[in-house]
Amino acid sequence: MIQLTINGEAREVDSADDTPLLWVLRDELNLTGTKFGCGRAVCGACTVHIDGAATRACVTPAKALEGRAITTIEGATDAVAAAVKQAWVELDVAQCGYCQPGQVMATIALLRVTPAPDEAGIDAALSGNLCRCGAYPRIRAAVKRAAALLAAG
Amino acid sequence: MKRRTFLILAGVAGGGLLIGCANPDRVRARADLRPAPGGQIAMNGWIKLAPDGSVTVVMSKSEMGQGVHTGLLMLVAEELDCAWSSLRMEDAPIEAFYGNLVAFAENVPFREDEHGAVANGMRWMMARLGRELGFMMTGASSSLRDLWLPMRHAAAAARASLVAAVAGHWQCAPAEVQLQDGRFSVADGRAMDFAAAVSHLGAQPAPLGEVTLKSPAEFRLIGQPVPRLEAAAKVAGSARFGIDVRPPGLCYAALRFAPVRGGRVKTFDASKASRLPGVLGVVKCEPEHGGTGAVAVVASGWWRARQALAALEITWDDGPLAGRSTTDLMQTLTEALAEDEGHAFWQVGDADAVLAGSTRQVAADYRAPWLAHTPMEPMNCTVEYRGEAATVWAPTQVPGFARRAAARVLDLAEDKVALEVTYLGGGFGRRLEVDFVAQAATIARAFPGRPVQTLWSREDDVQHDFYRPACVAQCRAALAEDGRIAAWQLKSAGQSIAPGYGPRTAGIPLLGPDKTTAEGAFDVAYAFPAVSVRHAAVELPLPVGFWRAVGHSHQAFFTECFLDECAQAAGADPLAYRLQLLAAEPAQRAVLQLVADKAGWGTPLTPAADGARVARGLALHRCFGSTVAQVAEVSLGEGGLIRVHRVVCAIDCGLAVNPNLIAQQMESAVVYGLSAALHGQIDFDTGRVAQGNFHDYPALRLGECPQIETHIVPSAAPPGGVGEPGLPPIAPAVANALFALTGQRRRSLPLQIPA
Repeated sequence: MIQLTINGEAREVDSADDTPLLWVLRDELNLTGTKFGCGRAVCGACTVHIDGAATRACVTPAKALEGRAITTIEGATDAVAAAVKQAWVELDVAQCGYCQPGQVMATIALLRVTPAPDEAGIDAALSGNLCRCGAYPRIRAAVKRAAALLAAG
Repeated sequence: MKRRTFLILAGVAGGGLLIGCANPDRVRARADLRPAPGGQIAMNGWIKLAPDGSVTVVMSKSEMGQGVHTGLLMLVAEELDCAWSSLRMEDAPIEAFYGNLVAFAENVPFREDEHGAVANGMRWMMARLGRELGFMMTGASSSLRDLWLPMRHAAAAARASLVAAVAGHWQCAPAEVQLQDGRFSVADGRAMDFAAAVSHLGAQPAPLGEVTLKSPAEFRLIGQPVPRLEAAAKVAGSARFGIDVRPPGLCYAALRFAPVRGGRVKTFDASKASRLPGVLGVVKCEPEHGGTGAVAVVASGWWRARQALAALEITWDDGPLAGRSTTDLMQTLTEALAEDEGHAFWQVGDADAVLAGSTRQVAADYRAPWLAHTPMEPMNCTVEYRGEAATVWAPTQVPGFARRAAARVLDLAEDKVALEVTYLGGGFGRRLEVDFVAQAATIARAFPGRPVQTLWSREDDVQHDFYRPACVAQCRAALAEDGRIAAWQLKSAGQSIAPGYGPRTAGIPLLGPDKTTAEGAFDVAYAFPAVSVRHAAVELPLPVGFWRAVGHSHQAFFTECFLDECAQAAGADPLAYRLQLLAAEPAQRAVLQLVADKAGWGTPLTPAADGARVARGLALHRCFGSTVAQVAEVSLGEGGLIRVHRVVCAIDCGLAVNPNLIAQQMESAVVYGLSAALHGQIDFDTGRVAQGNFHDYPALRLGECPQIETHIVPSAAPPGGVGEPGLPPIAPAVANALFALTGQRRRSLPLQIPA
């Protein structure tokens, strides 16, 4: 049994100890907002927060996360998350949308640490999150918009 | 939609008018839908009205990121004058009525301006066949073109019925009734909403022929940058893709594929794997519908299934691709180029003779590699088989083919298989195939009463794709004394898609020259005094499929780069050179002029942040009913790293239904095209695909993404496609910029500069 704290709730799952968090979320807990894209931490579709830091759920064993705070897109509801989601909708960022939960989670983690990132900071923080549809120009703009929304309170 | 194609379709339908009464058969009232479930009234095949005033649009197109749901609902809201918030959607049933006519009819190997008996006869036949077969398909940048008139006509007919009903109730003339944003009113102040109007509807809707469509000047929604409907759900993570389907009792299948594409299982021993915790069963999968053979492990979770794969003991039959590698496969193409005269797709005058007599020749050979699609959502399909019936959840571009494939595998009549199309996490042509659907049905058949979700790994996806065909081309031109092109010759060699796709997916033979092999080369807008464009079709034991922009994706690279070479040989500016070749094509010239103006063509460029010189490259291409020109600004970084800083796009896509979605598709096509132009290459190593995931089959990343601008040429012509036309020009625009930067031509994709 693995004891996890996900989106503020205690959850217990009967998964093998080496099961990556991604599959616990998706197949055991039906938290399907976190996506599978590559399975080796090179696309970012599975990005979640572990104690607030952006983490690739596809290569992180769930067992290793006991006692840590796990946040998925479903549980991302604070002021920073709200600003990011608002900016994303305002600028119509998503196309197919499959990578977007990961993009949003990576952005929330960025803005918590760096409230006003510059171009280079945005590129560095989000270049690990692939988007095949090409939402990149709007992602850049939306990160800045979210930062502006937060700055305005 | 191309006007000519439309006229042919209308002619086949028994005569129609361009505006007002498009094609009654495509809007027809459907008796079987009246009354529709939930007290709804089906006005016709596309629109149902409910007692609460909501409007349900029957949706026949798949949403894969292109914004088609938003675009089509705009057409309905425009002509119906309902409130935007009152619109709902439901999956269209799988019926010929919802077949894609434009994409089918367009598939003829002739230039638009060719009107001989054979060309016209084949167009007529394809249009007729398209109506007859009624293939439902989202692709070929065709959705808005296909439904531009039927959807609007359906909405206008529904509006006329409502207005007549309201006028009857108020005892006034229909012309006195105003309708705006879901509210009916007359001058004396009486008003009612949609729900009330629906309650006054009589049994018979207004005859379809009596409605008129709005003129572009009357549009209030069409032409506006309406945001997409599903934006919030996609940001919240609640939008449901194929991989997110969770019916009760769901179990999961992971696969071990034959290592060689197209191979199959010879023998397998599942005894060890079957004993592992959570494993529910093991199923052998034959290579269905062009796929590769595999063994599936079904388990209570996908990770358990995947872990158990290693315990399978399997021997493989590698199949006909065994032992083949990129070098010898490409050799086969270059041999065909030299030895096979190919099919002449475009011939004007005697280009051979002009070239033979010319003292000023330009010659260059080009090549493009095989490419995988790699949509972000890996292939998956969920099937529940219940013995006498089944349910399939599939992210598919072809619901009819998908259902047929599942029904065949499950030994069920097609009407016993319910199919739900989920959101697609990208399509790009990969989801025009049904190999993964048949495979999922094969696996689910072994678990009656229990839904099974079959999910591929990224490696499975990269190594068992239907690849964009590789292509080699030999380009020759003769220049006249003034530098103008006297003869243009382009001959290419590569695999055809249609002969494989027809039987494996559509269940029909697709005969004759495959237009997609040479599109982008034979249908260009430039005028040359003598032309020869030929393609030699090569057969290889390697499945190829439709990849975004299909043949245009590489033929535009050959054509637009070689044209730049001719301009250079003539000592001419690439923009001026193209403009003079388009003397008879004012619309094409306008696109070029717009991109040149917006990009500041000919003006000095500021160096990059590190001081590196920046240069521009230009390309123009028309396809799928639209024309796009792009100017790319490029510099070189450390180690020959190609950096694209800015891409300016100009597009003429006819009437711009939604400028927001058009800009988004330009951004999308530039990024997808740059991924291929800078990184994309699938190799074969003794039968096996050498790449496996995003680390060795890289896609463009945010840090590499240029600034992208879109400028739309104002137009009142019927809409053209937008999903693909932005892709073909980007590779040649960047390659031409690299020449301007380095003085050297890069004639092979992906573009690389030696360190």
